[in-house]
Amino acid sequence: MSNKENYGKPWEGGDKPYESSYGKLMMWFFLITDTLTFSAFLAAYGFSRFKFEDVWPIAEEVFTHFPFLHGEHPLLFVALMTFILIMSSVTMVLAVNFGHKMQKNKVILWLSLTIVGGIMFLGSQAWEWGHFIHGDKGGIETNTEYTIHIAEGEKLSSVYKLMDIDKYSDANENPFQYFALEDLTAEMKEGFDVQNIKSLIEKLEAKPEFNIRKANRIYLSNEESVNYIKENATKIVVGANLVDNEYGHRLFADYFFFITGFHGFHVFSGVVLLIIILINTIKGTYEKRGHYEMVEKVGLYWHFVDLVWVFVFTFFYLV
Amino acid sequence: MSEHHHKETFITKYIFSQDHKMIAKQFLITGMFMAIIGMLMSAIFRVQLANPGESSILYNLLPGDWINEAGALNPDKYLALVTMHGTILVFWVLTAGLSGTFANFLIPLQIGARDMASGFINMLSYWFFFIATVILISSIYVQGGPASGGWTIYPPLSALPQAIPGSGTGMTLWLISITLFVVGSLLGGLNYIVTILNLRTIGMSMKRLPLTVWALLITAILGVLSFPVLLSCGLLLIFDRSFGTSFYLSDIIINGEMLHNVGGSPILFEHLFWFLGHPEVYIILLPALGIVSEVIAVNSRKPIFGYKAMVGALLLIAFLSFIVWGHHMFMTGMNPFLGSVFTFTTLLIAIPSAVKVFNYLATLWRANIRFTPAMLFAIGTVSAFITGGLTGLILGDSALDINVHDTYFVVGHFHIVMGLSAIYGMFAGVYHWFPKMYGRMMNKNLGYLHFWGTFICAYGVFFPMHFLGLAGLPRRYYTNSAFPMFDGLSDINSIITFFALTGAIIQAIFIFNFIYSLFKGPRATKNPWESTTLEWTTPVERIHGNWPGDLPVVTRWAYDYSKPGASADFIPQDVPLKEGEEEH
Repeated sequence: MSNKENYGKPWEGGDKPYESSYGKLMMWFFLITDTLTFSAFLAAYGFSRFKFEDVWPIAEEVFTHFPFLHGEHPLLFVALMTFILIMSSVTMVLAVNFGHKMQKNKVILWLSLTIVGGIMFLGSQAWEWGHFIHGDKGGIETNTEYTIHIAEGEKLSSVYKLMDIDKYSDANENPFQYFALEDLTAEMKEGFDVQNIKSLIEKLEAKPEFNIRKANRIYLSNEESVNYIKENATKIVVGANLVDNEYGHRLFADYFFFITGFHGFHVFSGVVLLIIILINTIKGTYEKRGHYEMVEKVGLYWHFVDLVWVFVFTFFYLV
Repeated sequence: MSEHHHKETFITKYIFSQDHKMIAKQFLITGMFMAIIGMLMSAIFRVQLANPGESSILYNLLPGDWINEAGALNPDKYLALVTMHGTILVFWVLTAGLSGTFANFLIPLQIGARDMASGFINMLSYWFFFIATVILISSIYVQGGPASGGWTIYPPLSALPQAIPGSGTGMTLWLISITLFVVGSLLGGLNYIVTILNLRTIGMSMKRLPLTVWALLITAILGVLSFPVLLSCGLLLIFDRSFGTSFYLSDIIINGEMLHNVGGSPILFEHLFWFLGHPEVYIILLPALGIVSEVIAVNSRKPIFGYKAMVGALLLIAFLSFIVWGHHMFMTGMNPFLGSVFTFTTLLIAIPSAVKVFNYLATLWRANIRFTPAMLFAIGTVSAFITGGLTGLILGDSALDINVHDTYFVVGHFHIVMGLSAIYGMFAGVYHWFPKMYGRMMNKNLGYLHFWGTFICAYGVFFPMHFLGLAGLPRRYYTNSAFPMFDGLSDINSIITFFALTGAIIQAIFIFNFIYSLFKGPRATKNPWESTTLEWTTPVERIHGNWPGDLPVVTRWAYDYSKPGASADFIPQDVPLKEGEEEH
């Protein structure tokens, strides 16, 4: 379409002003729309978080586990996840690069590695969600709508430790989780909750080294804790879902599931796209076409998903 | 963009067509169909407002359970009608019907391209819109009726399925429908932008683009930046409705039972919604202004006054539209200082708007005006834009807005500035480009009748509403007979309803004219309005690829009307510059 008269003046018409095909431009503009979508979610998250600044859960206390390791490793696992995703961007760059050089086998190699990275990230996310849903230390919901936690002195402890329950023994299913029992009526559930709180108070009275930490992270003495629980506690909550959240404010879990889930969905779509173009590459479609632009377009999407994760990581885990 | 054309079957030509002209017509017909439905809805609830609690023959159009034993409209169904009227007119008619039709039709033709950048994505865009349309219409017939919380679907009415009858299945379908709608408009918008950037023909620099294309480009950019936020807003709402999250909900008691939701905020919804909602106003208005720029220049036989200022004003309006959304929320307990910031940015929009109006008037000044129906509607757009814009100054000022918030004053304002301006623009576009779309001319006299009838009735409907609003009458109420202080206003309500029904009947003239001219109108010539833009250089019979031979080469801007020294009073854009001739 280009013509000699307009050479060097692409905005005069008859040429592509950004030297990009329409498909690549469309991908760029699509990424702008997606940016706005994520921005809206993150802005909503910020709006809610600032509303509950004092009681918002601290990520270092929530995400502390690492598969097969004991003890607390704050944010170590998510750091690994982030590293994997960023590395998959590097392999993607290499795939695009060898696409420009028309080296089919190397494109196949680096695309495959990118797919592996994407799947590893998704698997890690599944593990982290599983852990988040299953719960860690347990919390106590109060009628002030905030969640309080068990502590030993000035250090967070856990409901399980206070109640002498082995969280990991398969022998007795988690005693606080009644939702596994299907036929419970609302009244029975309430009775269950009342019973749980009663035994919690008994244990707290029997063990003076335990106390509670309020949602705004103020530690009470053992005696104050007992009184506070008698007055305010409604139920023991373990784990997190869209309704309850042991880690603190419920909106934290709502946004965590929603935004990381939406991002995970993007990664999943990206992996599907990558698999499709990998198949096309193997079949030689792009070789016949004379260019690997499709790889480049999916690459743009993949880097975008990566970039979004940097923001999600920053806002959910770091600050 | 295939240069060699395959033999087309009926299905690829008329249904799953990838030709931009056919897709434009699909949008136009769907938009007109939805406009008729939306208009009938307004006729029905206007009858209720004039004769509250009485039966009417018009109610026979409604599903049976919408009417009570006495034959009167059920109050919750009044709300359903108002909600659906708003949704249909804002999104289906004035967004998809207007931009979808004219962006698809005019962009390739006016920039000298054979088709949109991606015909396939263009086709997808229409079919997403079509599925959204089917879902929206089917939502009218589900149990509990369609969404009834107003077109702005504020939570908690929209978030709790048990809140009102319309919050159930109807609301769910509304959200699904609007999600598909957003996907469709985004696909369309991406295509419009990329086509304008990449496919302009040789010589069609940005400075030579017709203002229509500029307006459509900026509209598409607005859509691409604001519709995703509506999508986010709706997704969070879907989670609140169906999965128990609390993004927008807090401390709600229904039937004495406390819901589990804590911490959410309906104000958050309003922020997200209006971040789309305000640019949406300009997504509706700018294509109309683009059409008007073209129609006024052609029929004034003069270059448009202040081309660069027009483009600049469009850009400024687009930019400002993103920082004014708070003026919809003055009554949400907003910090008065923040309110004054939003007041300031809102009133700034008056500047580019005034630039546009001034330029239109200056173009008309001392022109040899040809009063075609399209021209009348174009002038009507400018007129409605002024009338509605003036009340916009009142509503944009937080101190004044608080007094008339949620009254008929607001209804009158936005119907004139956004509804009338845009629909007049759409009519202008249809009358003007009908010969290009269908190869036949529309009847002129019926067009005049349509214009004057519409013009008088529209002012008859919306002008008195300002007085109702100043008297304090709230919008969205089923009846005002419960309040003795409003009894004196019932006559005004009857007058409004009279004009509304008359105006609705007058639209039948347009529908008749459209269908009649489609089959029986006189054959159009290649360039019936003696216009300079490229679409009129294509042959009358519509071909895939638009131009039979090479693409035209452009050497001049789109407004060479009555050029001094030229023999004809218009010079099409593809006529080469004469020796020594200067470009405008």
